[in-house]
Amino acid sequence: MADSTRILAEKSAALLIRAAVTKAIRDFFDAQGFLAVDTPVRLRAPALERHIDAEPSGSLFLRTSPELHMKQLLAAGYDRIYQLGPCFRRGEQGRLHHPEYTMLEWYRSNADYRDILNDTIALVRAIQRALSQSSRDTFSAHSPGNTEVAPPAHIAKSEGLQESSGGTRSVASSENKQGSIGGWHQAEPLQWQQQSIRLQDEWLQMTVQEAFQKWAGWDPVSDYDADRFDLDLIEKVEPALAREQTPVILMDYPAPAAALARRKPDQPEVAERWELYIGGIEIANAYSELTNVEEQRARFEQCAKEREAAGLTVYPLDEAFLEALPHMPPSGGIALGVDRLVMLFADCATLADITAFLE
Amino acid sequence: MYTASDLRKGLKIEMDGQPCVITDFQFVKPGKGQALYRCKIKNLITGSTVDKTYRAVEKIDKPNLEERDLVYSYQDGEQYVFLDSTTYEQLHLGPDILGDQRFFLVEDMEVQILFHNNNPIEITLPFFVEKEIVETEPGARGDTATNVQKPAKIDNGYELQVPIFINQGDRVRIDTRTGKYSDRVSKGF
Repeated sequence: MADSTRILAEKSAALLIRAAVTKAIRDFFDAQGFLAVDTPVRLRAPALERHIDAEPSGSLFLRTSPELHMKQLLAAGYDRIYQLGPCFRRGEQGRLHHPEYTMLEWYRSNADYRDILNDTIALVRAIQRALSQSSRDTFSAHSPGNTEVAPPAHIAKSEGLQESSGGTRSVASSENKQGSIGGWHQAEPLQWQQQSIRLQDEWLQMTVQEAFQKWAGWDPVSDYDADRFDLDLIEKVEPALAREQTPVILMDYPAPAAALARRKPDQPEVAERWELYIGGIEIANAYSELTNVEEQRARFEQCAKEREAAGLTVYPLDEAFLEALPHMPPSGGIALGVDRLVMLFADCATLADITAFLE
Repeated sequence: MYTASDLRKGLKIEMDGQPCVITDFQFVKPGKGQALYRCKIKNLITGSTVDKTYRAVEKIDKPNLEERDLVYSYQDGEQYVFLDSTTYEQLHLGPDILGDQRFFLVEDMEVQILFHNNNPIEITLPFFVEKEIVETEPGARGDTATNVQKPAKIDNGYELQVPIFINQGDRVRIDTRTGKYSDRVSKGF
């Protein structure tokens, strides 16, 4: 067998988990009355962000996020919407990055980032439950160990891969655990790369200010330094978050790092933005969405200036979005990296391990 | 000069005037933040390793490295003498640079020596070298299948573990990368 075919066959356990995670996501939002939407993948005007580069596609760009279109739907009265689909970011390639990846975004009208946090906690726990429940049906029907289905011999090789990975093993070898549906007890911690993370327990919540004071020794809210913030986040804060036994929510980013979040009404030096970390890996970014059109336009224009000064492509302003923004109710929204979540549930160390094809 | 996007595992760079190699490399990008390149960097002279994070805009020095083929000639006390067969220059190296590799040198062996700013910093031998076992307990017959090993010495006193069936006078092949026994070449008399 060609190497590429063998490698594909060896990914079977991870690909089954990927399918189960995306199904669990759709089931979760469908059950809660969210509307599944599809917005354009090729855009004229990707959101202007200082450090996010769009991949050109003819005279347009591939989307870096569906955010600006989804907010136009909010403005038109669609009050709970979600979308699961591909996004693209130029030049991002590594263990936890790929230029093409799967993003989940959802938005709620008349809500803020705290409502989105409740959704997120419920979603992640629901995915874990769904994986445990589907283990008997889905996994045993497709998994290499099932003799009734008589899988091709080459697929059977991937059995070793399942056995060497903690979370996957729990899913795949479903028969021999007590008190659980399909072998994965709902309260059992997620096992990822020798870390044990309790998804069903209360998640640790701390402000960005607290995290930086504790692990980096300075306060980015009173004295923001973008460059130092990025470096200390990855060198000091994220490694500390990796040692926590539950997921961590980092809340209330310094206002200059607000991106498209609104400022906190009673504390304008921070923005209502949080990030979810599981096992020290950034999984999702949520906002109380900025609805003030003047402030939004000013932020885009400031960003355009910074990109121009850095010699980066300056995308046109999305005027349709800016026209719709005054009609958008106060809303909460989030972007969640589905591939990274699959990586955690499949107990894999890299995105390459849970992605069938990497172009 | 290299830019951060050139960084990759195995790339040799210069940091604080010292030749280094990147032993681990990771692209990272905190949410909404700048692209960063986290590296583990090993100093090629001291062997010590440090963590360093580069920003996308940073420039990294290229080291002035040159690899030359030399021939091992003879041992002179603590020094080992190599000959450059094109310039006929002699190079004396001590145990500080050679490490355990000095035990595996054989006369007329061709080796690669890495120079940084014309100073030798690292030697690479052929992967395998043949040596005679000069000292070991007598071999046990009929025990070729097990992994039982025993100590043995080669001519210069280097000690290694060999299978139980190896006898004094046997010639064996040693893997110079690990310093371990590989296989038997011929039996002694």
